[in-house]
Amino acid sequence: MIDKRKYSLAEALEGISDGAVVMIGGFGAVGQPDALVDALAEIGPRDLTVIANNAGWSRETGIPRLMDLGLVRKIICSFPKGSEVFKSLYLAGKIELEIVPQGTLAERIRCAGAGIPAFYTATAAGTQLEKGKETREFDGRRYVMERALPADVALIEAWAGDRWGNLSYQGSGRNFNPVMATAAKLTICQVHELLDAPLDPNAIVTPGIFVNRIVQVKADSDRLIAAQRLA
Amino acid sequence: MTVQTIIQPQDREAPARRLARDIEDGWYVNLGVGMPTKVADMINDEREVVFHSENGILGMGPTPPEGEIDPWLVNAGKKPVTLLPGASLFHHADSFTMIRGGHIDLCVLGAFEVSQTGDLANWTTGGDELMPAVGGAMDLSVGAKRIWVLMQHNAKGGESKLVEACSYPLTAPGAVSRIYTDLGVFGVADGGFYVIDLAEGVSLGEARARTGAPLHAE
Repeated sequence: MIDKRKYSLAEALEGISDGAVVMIGGFGAVGQPDALVDALAEIGPRDLTVIANNAGWSRETGIPRLMDLGLVRKIICSFPKGSEVFKSLYLAGKIELEIVPQGTLAERIRCAGAGIPAFYTATAAGTQLEKGKETREFDGRRYVMERALPADVALIEAWAGDRWGNLSYQGSGRNFNPVMATAAKLTICQVHELLDAPLDPNAIVTPGIFVNRIVQVKADSDRLIAAQRLA
Repeated sequence: MTVQTIIQPQDREAPARRLARDIEDGWYVNLGVGMPTKVADMINDEREVVFHSENGILGMGPTPPEGEIDPWLVNAGKKPVTLLPGASLFHHADSFTMIRGGHIDLCVLGAFEVSQTGDLANWTTGGDELMPAVGGAMDLSVGAKRIWVLMQHNAKGGESKLVEACSYPLTAPGAVSRIYTDLGVFGVADGGFYVIDLAEGVSLGEARARTGAPLHAE
């Protein structure tokens, strides 16, 4: 029988080692698996490389909490502004930053999940972000070669899930989550509703094949509203 | 009684309103953060324009009133929004397929500089002290069918933001086709700027004097 349900955050996060490459879903605070990230901070693996769109928004929770504890060596992201913890570490030279255009970030992750090692894109061609990368002309236009971006672990958030790991989402909460789910060796999802019954197959966005572990964490709407007010 | 000179405050939203007039019925449009976001509220007629948000929304509506905020629905600026009839939600790979695959009719962005060949500089001023952040700007500027820039014609120090060649790091070369400023509407074609429309009270001479590259009459 397949049962991917876990009944504590610690059990859901078992086996993440020092030096792991960890994808973290979310755009702003929506779809960010903060409970999983905060529990990971308690466990405390070191030298992590984090792949995410943003660098978080609040010192108390999520990616800045990991960074504040000195657990993150490098972040690969598109838009780290708005994270005071990241900013002070970066300006002090205590954390590495790889800036990736948002669409290139999404496509590098998608390709990692789809078995595509590299691709060409016009994004960043002729800019300083093409430095050190192979470029090639197709039909008279310049393109940059970008490599797939896989991870050891993906921490994601969805709205509802079942024991097979099938997932559905809410509002703008999909963002990077369904893409990251495909690109890691171990995908761990926190859901607002963990159902006993199977999800309606017509409503599933992430099929369970991409998900290894699923844990229920009731959504915290006050936290999301607080993040909106800070934006 | 002293006579005070009354200086008319400049209508900062006039270029955005002018731009909104040029958006066609049925277009799918992505608006950058800041002044471009205001364009959405300026389409008040029978035109149906579908606004795209890079974090996975088509058919984005206005800011909800306090008390009707959906915590799970934000725009690219991470602020609360609403959905209009016909809206759809999707993930980042689909969202940037729309952007990079040429499906978005128009993207409106702010800029530090635009060159006479349409080069766009809007993501960093390049100072070492700054933390770089690019977001979706590079994807939008190579992928949307049209890039229109909405900005002040001159920087705070008076320098023209329309230039022969950008001094700031590029977001994309040859990307911009139109620029809407407080002085008017300007096109980019054949390696030069040309006037599409001048703002009320602005002469061609003044526009030329305040532009850092040759400005063709049409």
